Amino acid sequence: MNLKQTGPWIEHSGPDADVVVSSRARLARNLTGLPFVNQASDTQRREILQLVRSLPFASERGEGLVWIDLQQSTSEDRRLLFERHLVSRQFIESVSPRAVAIADDEQLSVMVNEEDHLRMQVLLPGLELEEAWRRAVEFDRRLEKHADIAVHPRWGYLTACPTNVGTAIRFSVMLHLPGLRLTNELERLRRASNDLDLAVRGFYGEGSDSSGDFYQVSNQLTLGVSETDLLATFVGEVVPRIVAYERMARDILVERSATLLEDRVHRALGTLRSARLLGIEESMKHLSRVRLGIALGLLPDVPLGTVQRLFLEVQPAHLRRIRPDSIDDTALEPVGEDRMLDDERTRRRRAALVRHELGG
Amino acid sequence: MNTKCDKCDQPAEVHEIDVEAGRDVHLCREHAVEAGFQVPQSAPVTELLTQFATMPPPGEKPTPRRAERPTACEHCGATFARFRKTGLLGCPDCYESFARQLEAVIARSQNGANAHVGRVPDRSSDLVDLQALRRSLIEELDRAVASEQYERAADLRDRLNTLTADEARG
Repeated sequence: MNLKQTGPWIEHSGPDADVVVSSRARLARNLTGLPFVNQASDTQRREILQLVRSLPFASERGEGLVWIDLQQSTSEDRRLLFERHLVSRQFIESVSPRAVAIADDEQLSVMVNEEDHLRMQVLLPGLELEEAWRRAVEFDRRLEKHADIAVHPRWGYLTACPTNVGTAIRFSVMLHLPGLRLTNELERLRRASNDLDLAVRGFYGEGSDSSGDFYQVSNQLTLGVSETDLLATFVGEVVPRIVAYERMARDILVERSATLLEDRVHRALGTLRSARLLGIEESMKHLSRVRLGIALGLLPDVPLGTVQRLFLEVQPAHLRRIRPDSIDDTALEPVGEDRMLDDERTRRRRAALVRHELGG
Repeated sequence: MNTKCDKCDQPAEVHEIDVEAGRDVHLCREHAVEAGFQVPQSAPVTELLTQFATMPPPGEKPTPRRAERPTACEHCGATFARFRKTGLLGCPDCYESFARQLEAVIARSQNGANAHVGRVPDRSSDLVDLQALRRSLIEELDRAVASEQYERAADLRDRLNTLTADEARG
């Protein structure tokens, strides 16, 4: 599989990067005349794949989208796509015919045969939801020029799960909220989000934990609210409020326990720069503190982009792709996801990588 | 129709007119396939089972409630019971088949909203035809490859590529 070492977008920090890591717009679309994926036979699923692949924009000569057939890829590659936020967990765990088309810059990707025939996402660094939406619509327009999309006069875009009908759009922002966690304010955020029909999830979306203090906030409602109104609420109210809330929590921490905070940040960096064995959870925890330290101006010499990239590179499949000679001599043989253990060799390799990147 | 196959005693399933010979041709499924006719697939077993399961027992008239609320989608055979279990519908037509039940489900999950507001595709009238053409070309190509008719497959692939290039331009 010909993916770059890390998502090219991840190192670029966008607007409000101290809190907002990335913005995403995802559209679900289904073709008419075919059953939804869950009801389709494998033959029909292959037909859907071929149909989508034959569309002008999806072909390799079209728009530079790379087509990856998941049935023909290794479990390590599938896991890499998942760690990169290009496909869902459900998608890599399935065994039926499915594929993902990915743009060269990885900002646009299309899952074919996930829960819906097509799930296209635009993923941008920082708070750039409007731009993500603009690009998603641009792509959607090209799609509907060539494919007949299932739409209902009353229910709008039809989806396999009726809770997604209407706009069938999911806006989400990935937020770094160590301040709210350290001040025990996360529960209030969850309750407020619930009242606003927003979902709060972990680093890897549905069912994942909030590893590294990352939280993904997304809309739940897709019916009765237009995309532009939803976007206006998200960009104009919801995100700025959470960002302000997190910054306030950080200010309180600095005001009340500056020394303790500095100590934690520097200890975290110290650990990352000198540890010889690093577990995944431990890495995420320390990287989160270092990220907070950078945002607070405590670590002027550590680039945010490097830390941002490390959040991905310490993940099991990413770690396996790094050329061994570039950081250490530990050779890790390719294994299936079930065997991607956090064993000693893996932890040694991770520690070597982090030391190399953070100048330990 | 109770016509027998021209070549055996099985009931004929394919009825064609042989223009050159100037006579009718009746063939059973097996002999029709042998003679190179495209025989439509019978309904999938699951669909038959669903139809069977939703049929009222002999002698019992369907109740109006049953008639109002179908338990299986006519188009894809998915049942509402399956939807309750998985949360997923079988095809776009399920939205019509289970219209009454879904109204409540959707309203509950969407804060009471009952109609779409926002973007809809700018449809062009010949789109459906193009998609159908593309599908039939792909199906034919599959068949050609499966039966090792490589020249025909190459020809079909060219037609598909031309269609793609035309669309890309238009």
